Amino acid sequence: MPELIAKPALDAAPVTLAGITLSVADPGRITFVAPFPGQEKAVAKLLKPLGLGFPAPNTALTKGEARIVWTVRGQAALIGVPVPEGMQAAAAVTDQTDGLAAFALRGARAAEVLARLVPIDLREAVFPPGSAARSGLNHMPLILVREEAGFLILTFRSMARTAWAELNEVLHHIEARDRLTN
Amino acid sequence: MRLNCPLCGSRDRREFYYRGAADYLDRPEPDAPPEAWDNYLHLRDNPMGVTKDLWYHDQGCTSWLLVTRNTLTHEILDVKLVAEAGE
Ligand SMILES: [Zn+2]
Repeated sequence: MPELIAKPALDAAPVTLAGITLSVADPGRITFVAPFPGQEKAVAKLLKPLGLGFPAPNTALTKGEARIVWTVRGQAALIGVPVPEGMQAAAAVTDQTDGLAAFALRGARAAEVLARLVPIDLREAVFPPGSAARSGLNHMPLILVREEAGFLILTFRSMARTAWAELNEVLHHIEARDRLTN
Repeated sequence: MRLNCPLCGSRDRREFYYRGAADYLDRPEPDAPPEAWDNYLHLRDNPMGVTKDLWYHDQGCTSWLLVTRNTLTHEILDVKLVAEAGE
């Protein structure tokens, strides 16, 4: 096996405008885990030593560096940790680390950025930390995780530059509007 | 228009793909007579009122949904996961 060189999806410096910071994130290893029929309990048991379980729809569980995010029906993304030994026997396991690009959006007004791109209500009262959603970032597939300080945004790696451009553009819109109205 | 996905919650129409009448769930056996296949593929009712159709939540949970709606009032009456509708 040749040693492959890991490269980030995008080489972009963080951008801060209107008190909101957009940056390329490195959440670590990402693995999709889809329990085989009847194996939900076995999967939950394997996740327990990590301090995690199998997440309910629209939620994410976090324990230190480890987290697991509901993605679609019967599937979750295990992030930041290796797959527990024995998981292959209980679930379909696919490594997505190189398939997804990750961005962090931080700041009290981060939801205002996504309000222009994502067709769901992301205000903190409706979508508090611990929430996750599968939706669209404009026209791109999106896995969205609410964190204490903002959002983790996952989309296909092949769309990394477009996602960055669209998020960056909204930051500029918000900053320009602030300048005109304040 | 919004659909209340049983998994994702209330979502905008743009997240969904419309497949067609729920008749597509009743696929005939491979050796069924040509009339059954003709009916399955081509013959549709066009109800004025309650109808059932299939939608795919492609920008969401990737589930097939069985949607009951009223063509007269545009009311969405029910949304079920196809995967669970038969149980
Ligand atoms: Zn859904």
